Parts: sequence; structure tokens; C-alpha cells
Amino acid sequence: MKSFRRMVYPYIIWAGIFIVIPMLMIVFYAFSKEGNAVMTVSFTLDNFIRFFSDSIFVNVLLRSLKLAIITTIICIVIGYPCAYFMAQLKPNSQTLMVLLVTFPMWINMLVRTYAWRGLLIESGLSPELKVYIGMIYNFLPFMILQVYTSLSKMDRDLITAAHDLGCDNKKAFLKVTLPLSVPGIISGITLVFLPAVSSFFIPRLLGGGSYVLVGNLVENYFVTTGDWNFGSAISLIMTVVILISMYFTRKFDYSKEDR
Amino acid sequence: MKKKPLSKLYLAIIMLFLYLPIVYVVVFSFNDSRSLTHFTGFSLEWYEKMFGNQMMMDAIYYTVIIAVIATVVSTIVGTITAIGLSKSRRLIKESITQINNLPMLNPEIVTAIGLMLFFTALNIRLGFITLLLAHIIFCIPYVILSIMPKLRQVDDNLAEAALDLGCTPFKALYKVIIPQILPGIISGALIAFTMSFDDFVISYFVTGPGINNISTYVYTSVRRIDPTVNALSTLIVIAITAILIVVNIVPLIKERKFKKHEEIY
Repeated sequence: MKSFRRMVYPYIIWAGIFIVIPMLMIVFYAFSKEGNAVMTVSFTLDNFIRFFSDSIFVNVLLRSLKLAIITTIICIVIGYPCAYFMAQLKPNSQTLMVLLVTFPMWINMLVRTYAWRGLLIESGLSPELKVYIGMIYNFLPFMILQVYTSLSKMDRDLITAAHDLGCDNKKAFLKVTLPLSVPGIISGITLVFLPAVSSFFIPRLLGGGSYVLVGNLVENYFVTTGDWNFGSAISLIMTVVILISMYFTRKFDYSKEDR
Repeated sequence: MKKKPLSKLYLAIIMLFLYLPIVYVVVFSFNDSRSLTHFTGFSLEWYEKMFGNQMMMDAIYYTVIIAVIATVVSTIVGTITAIGLSKSRRLIKESITQINNLPMLNPEIVTAIGLMLFFTALNIRLGFITLLLAHIIFCIPYVILSIMPKLRQVDDNLAEAALDLGCTPFKALYKVIIPQILPGIISGALIAFTMSFDDFVISYFVTGPGINNISTYVYTSVRRIDPTVNALSTLIVIAITAILIVVNIVPLIKERKFKKHEEIY
């Protein structure tokens, strides 16, 4: 049996080369200046100073965070009742509804966003509102499915027990159903918030270039400007912001469990 | 139970929201003018244009061929690695799991620029090879992730028994372990295929001039109004509907046949 261990060795090398080194390269670029040869490289914080001393960049970062937070909240507000009602249906209808919610996710995100562009082209909505619609549309199914999974796994007898013990519908929901679905909401948040912060093609296609997010900055500095050092620094800042937000989301989850 | 109609109405509204753009592209792919807002009449003009558009046909070709190769390679590598991992020491297991988490938890754009920097530093020209390689790189972790839970359920004694009974390690692997984790391998392959087929962000950064998949083609072409994209989208919708119907109905038919057999015996 131990001979099977050897089967993992090629992938250790593979992962080191193709996953770890590219990540290290982003860090390397972020802390160095353009035109530095590898031999004479000197580390600098200039890229980060440039980002945080310019209010335009900081505002873009704040706008991305705001967009991701609002998108996540709206997805919970719209998606939770949907998942809740789905879990109440007959088993066969539940399977059908899950399939119906999953189906759009199988269709290329670009294609769906493109469709919204056509739908909204003469709507007269502001670019910001269009971007919000596109974001919510793309990420809502993730939230619905996560919450639905946690709700459908719930033991129905718990609700009956709560009723027997004198809870009305509202109280049974707040004290039993909602707390039990928190893990679903948390994994929903992870699946919505994370890609929403870094999204760049939805704002580009629906906002028409006038609504810039941090993902668009990264895209611009890599594809258009070619300033890879500054682009790397921006993506590093974005990653750190996401890690911090995820840390707090998880912490919220645990603190709930402790009670 | 007065609430029921209201909850059904709510579900219907959500479905309307989810399917509105899909219905829209299908309808407007048959429009006989360039307009994106007014349906002026039925025509197959955009389908004709689509099949005549070499770049679009190339994009479909590259998407499919890359998804197929990336799925095959990542499923094989992922299966081998997952089996190895399940027998490895904790330290190796933990560190590989953590490393695999990087591309899955990081924003896609970060993985994308990392690979772009890496390929450029090695002087590999961005194009088909880098696109394919990148797809294999980001698919493997998903395959491993979907096989690992199945491996945890496999009884170690079974493989030991096979070895004691004279199987070579390869034969034990092939005859005993693989059949038990097959559902995990299949779902891993399906995930890999979908991830590769739908990928935009990573493809956009690691591909070179002239090599597009469907996503990058749509992204670069929608800056002007182009109803052929509607026709392409409709084609994708039809293909996916067909696949989903087959995947969902074939097991039902098999089940029915199986029941009939039971009735006969």
C-alpha cells in the first residue's frame, strides 16, 4: 500500500511549479519596479504607496467592496425566501426546481452577461444599476443553492418540536430554521462576495467602461498599460482585502455556533 | 396553508428573472434586423453569418478541444494524485490540500495574472499551449477535491487483500480501488469539463493573438453590436439543454428497464 504514496510525487513538483511559483511571482512583481533585471532587483514599496496615496485608486477599491457587499446582501434577501419556499415543495418539484436554478449556471457567464447588455441597452438605467443587475443575476443561483442545501438537510421534526413547545411560526423560524441555515448562508456569501469583488467583465460589458472596479484596474494595468508591477500590487491588495473579509465572515459563523 | 400560492408566485418571479436573458437571446437570434430591442421579423440570417464566421467557428473548436483534452488529462492526473494522497503522510496531504486551495479560493484574476507572468518569464509565447496548460492546471484541484471523499470511504483492507492474493499493485489499483471511487472520478471529470468550457478570466489573460475560446471571443466582440453572438448563445443553450436531458433521462430509462427485468424474473 505504501507504494501508492509515490503516485503523489509528480503532482508535488507540478503544483510547486504551476501553482506556487506563479503566486510568488505576483508578490515579486508587486514589490519591485519595472525594468529591474532579476539579478539586480531591489525591493520597493513604491507600488503600494502609489496606490494608497491616490484617492482615485482607493475610491475604486471602496466602490468594489461596496458593490460586492450590496450584491451579497441582495442575493441573501432575494435568494433566502426562494430557497426556503423550494424546500417546502414536494420532493419531485424540489428536484425540478434545483435543476431549473442550476440550468442558467451551465450557460457561459459571458453569454448571459451579453444577453443583459442587449436587454438593458435602451432601458435608460444608470451604468451602476446595470452592473448591479448583472452581478445579482450571475451570483443569485449560488446563494439559492447553498441556502437550499442547508435547509433541505434540516430535520423537520425540529420545527414540530418547536411548535409543540409553544413557538408560533415566526418564533420557530427565527429560533430554529434560521440558525440552522447559517452555514448555508455563509458558504453562499463566500461564493458570491469573493468573485464579486474581483469581477471585471460584468462592469466592463454592462457599465460600458464608465464604471471601473478593482478588477478592471488589474485588467488595464496588465492588458492595456503593460505596467505589470503596479498591476500585481493592486491584485495583491485585492487578495488581502478579500482574505480579511473572509476571515470576519467565518468568525461570525463560529461565534454563532458557540452560543 | 394560505401562504402557498404566494410562495409559488415568488418562485415564478425568480425563475422569470433567471430565464429572461436566455429567452431574450434565443428570440433575438431569429431577428431579421440588427436591432437589439425590436423584433422585426423571423430570419436565419445570423445563423448563416455565424457559420460563415471563421473566427467564431475557431472559437467553438478551441473551446471544445481544450475542454476535452483538459478534462482527460486533469482526470487522469487528479485520480493518480488523489490515490497517492490518501496513502500519504499527513504533512504532505495537508500541504497539497492547502496549495490546491490557492487557485480555488483566490480570485480567478489573481490565478490568471500569476500564470501570465509565469509563462512570459519562461518566454513561452501566449497561445494555444499556454491556454491548454492553464486549463489543466486549474482543473486538477477540482478533480482531486471530488475524488478525496470517495477515497476516505474505501476500505484499506480490500486493497491489502488483493495484494495478498497475488495482485500486482497496479492490478489492485485497477481492479479494486478505481471501481470503488468511480463516481467521484466521473463527477470530477464533469466539473473539470464545465470549468474549462465556461472559463473566461484565466483564458483571457493566458491566451495569445488569434486563439480565442467562446468566452474571450464574446468579450472582445460585444463592444460593437453583433447579433451573431445571439445565434452562438442559442446554440450553446440548445447543446446544454440536450446534454442535461440526456444526463437526467438516461438513468430514468435504465431504471425502468431494470424494473422490467425484475418483473420478468
